[in-house]
Amino acid sequence: MSAALDTDTHIASSIRTDAPPAILLDRVNKWYGSMHVLRDVSLQVATGERVVVCGPSGSGKSTMIRCINRLEQHQEGRIVVDGHELADDVRALDAIRREVGMVFQSFNLFPHLTILENCTLAPIWVRRMPKREAEELAMHYLTRVKIPDQALKYPGQLSGGQQQRVAIARALCMKPKIMLFDEPTSALDPEMIKEVLDTMVGLAEDGMTMICVTHEMGFARQVADRVVFMDRGEVVEQGAPEQLFSNPSTERLKTFLSQILRGH
Amino acid sequence: MSDIPLNTSVAGVPEAAAPRQPPALTTGPAAWLRANLFSSWLNTAMTLVLAYFIVRYAISFVDWAFVNAIWSVPNNQTAACRALKTSPNPGACWAVITEKHRFILFGTYPYEEHWRPAVVCVLFTALYVVSAMRRFWRWELAVVWAVTLVAIGILMWGGVFGLSYVPQERWGGLPITLILATFGLAFAFPLAILVALGRRSSMPAIRVLCIAYVELIRGVPLISLLFMASVMFPLFLPEGINIDKLLRAQVAVILFAGAYLAEVVRGGLQALPKGQYEAAEALGLSYWQKTGFIILPQALRLVIPPLVNTFIGFFKDTSLVLIIGIFDLLTAGKTAVVEPAWQGFGVEVYIAISVIYFVYCFAMSRYSQNLEAELNRHRVR
Ligand SMILES: Nc1ncnc2c1ncn2[C@@H]1O[C@H](COP(=O)(O)OP(=O)(O)OP(=O)(O)O)[C@@H](O)[C@H]1O
Ligand SMILES: [Mg+2]
Repeated sequence: MSAALDTDTHIASSIRTDAPPAILLDRVNKWYGSMHVLRDVSLQVATGERVVVCGPSGSGKSTMIRCINRLEQHQEGRIVVDGHELADDVRALDAIRREVGMVFQSFNLFPHLTILENCTLAPIWVRRMPKREAEELAMHYLTRVKIPDQALKYPGQLSGGQQQRVAIARALCMKPKIMLFDEPTSALDPEMIKEVLDTMVGLAEDGMTMICVTHEMGFARQVADRVVFMDRGEVVEQGAPEQLFSNPSTERLKTFLSQILRGH
Repeated sequence: MSDIPLNTSVAGVPEAAAPRQPPALTTGPAAWLRANLFSSWLNTAMTLVLAYFIVRYAISFVDWAFVNAIWSVPNNQTAACRALKTSPNPGACWAVITEKHRFILFGTYPYEEHWRPAVVCVLFTALYVVSAMRRFWRWELAVVWAVTLVAIGILMWGGVFGLSYVPQERWGGLPITLILATFGLAFAFPLAILVALGRRSSMPAIRVLCIAYVELIRGVPLISLLFMASVMFPLFLPEGINIDKLLRAQVAVILFAGAYLAEVVRGGLQALPKGQYEAAEALGLSYWQKTGFIILPQALRLVIPPLVNTFIGFFKDTSLVLIIGIFDLLTAGKTAVVEPAWQGFGVEVYIAISVIYFVYCFAMSRYSQNLEAELNRHRVR
């Protein structure tokens, strides 16, 4: 967890090519009413790979990663997660949700439960872990995200950055194989962004398979094995961060990058 | 505090300003009066006029209710009471309560067995008090409820343990009101939660069923539901099967309260941000885990005020069973003044009954305020 964001060095890759892909999206299509929000999206994420997804607002980034754990349903194409095909089979869905952790832009902590209860609820009830063990595990991850002393407080008593770190710890307590992040820092004040990104860098260093929707280009450069650029529901371009950012091959990505850079 | 030496002057730092008294007349009762009652000549005038009427009527009420009142009369000789009604200094005839209180409270229950419904009322009230205390909110409470309700049934019916059998037709008064309200809420509330959840179900059949139930029940007055329960329902039953009248009324009351409570609960479900559902799902919680641990605890807290509002309204609505001839508290009160000797003393009886209703309703209201404050503590930073 010593990683600092300002280093230019890319952290070591942990992609395991021997293992089957952690996530496979094959020509996925989705409509909201008549609006076509995902168009033939194909994406393959290897175990241990870290993918950053970027693109303009409304391009379907959230929709795509929410399809991976069925918070949204796709209508055409295949999605295979950790060897389970996402279909109407309820057991496959349960298995996938156990293995996939998700962190939301708006934290979504449970306000009526303490931080510790937020972290232990799912391990106890979904993983059937004894309470004591779940609490030890929760304290372990809360220590990792550097807020063990807040365990007995309620979410409303924490700052935004702290809440988001609790949300990460809560997801980790399920010991997921894959973590999805949907703009985890966009709701945060600048001074809190770094503490959350540091936590995520630490996770990446440990070899977690991650898909991360974010506009933090520094984070992408340091952590991502691959950057995926989406626009209007399509994957327009993808590649290593350096190559993509310095040599965008499509007009759309050029425009997007210039807007992002102007914004910073 | 005064024995701690205050040394605020540090070298180089100007001495802190000495604490000052607040300006005169911004605090204290005098200031309150001035700000709220006498802030302008119009306010002052209104205050004085209202004060005059309030004091005048308060004095006449005290005169009527206490000073001139008659508290008891010898064996139904109500002549003194009647004289008092027409005298220039009218007074209340509380003798009617003294004389009839057992009938009002317990109806036509056999007189020498009145201790049984009395114990039942005490048991019910004790049950409410115990259930209200958060420190007893454990699963054992369900056992306490079951045991108490069985005890209440035994006391009311009798026929065992040397208690004489009392048929349901002879029950009456406060126990009936408490039975209808308690069983009504105890069954209507879980029903309401299921219906509210069902209305948001992804299964169309369940959703349609729940919507139909709520709309049908809300579309008719409780009175017609009670009529249906007491008159029409028995027609559909096969010959020889006879469900007792109180039970039928009870079912009508449960269905009625369930529909209203369901809408209140649904309001709470809708007020919860979608992110709470999504976070619970993303963690892999099953539908019932999500509902039980995340959704309902938050949704119900949000709707405590309208929920208790419905509870209170419904507690009083149980008095409508009088139209199908069930002898609840209010009916017993009405019947008490039917007797020629006591005719015309309805006001006193209704006041006494109001006090009983008020005690229960006000207790519910106060309790809900405390509960709300306590359960929503986590919202306060
Ligand atoms: N529940 C919904 N119903 C209808 N349309 C929706 C819904 N959710 C999203 N959309 C639409 O789908 C499109 C893609 O939305 P999505 O949230 O995936 O975009 P995004 O790339 O995550 O954007 P942002 O960067 O603003 O989060 C948008 O045009 C949005 O308006
Ligand atoms: Mg989004």
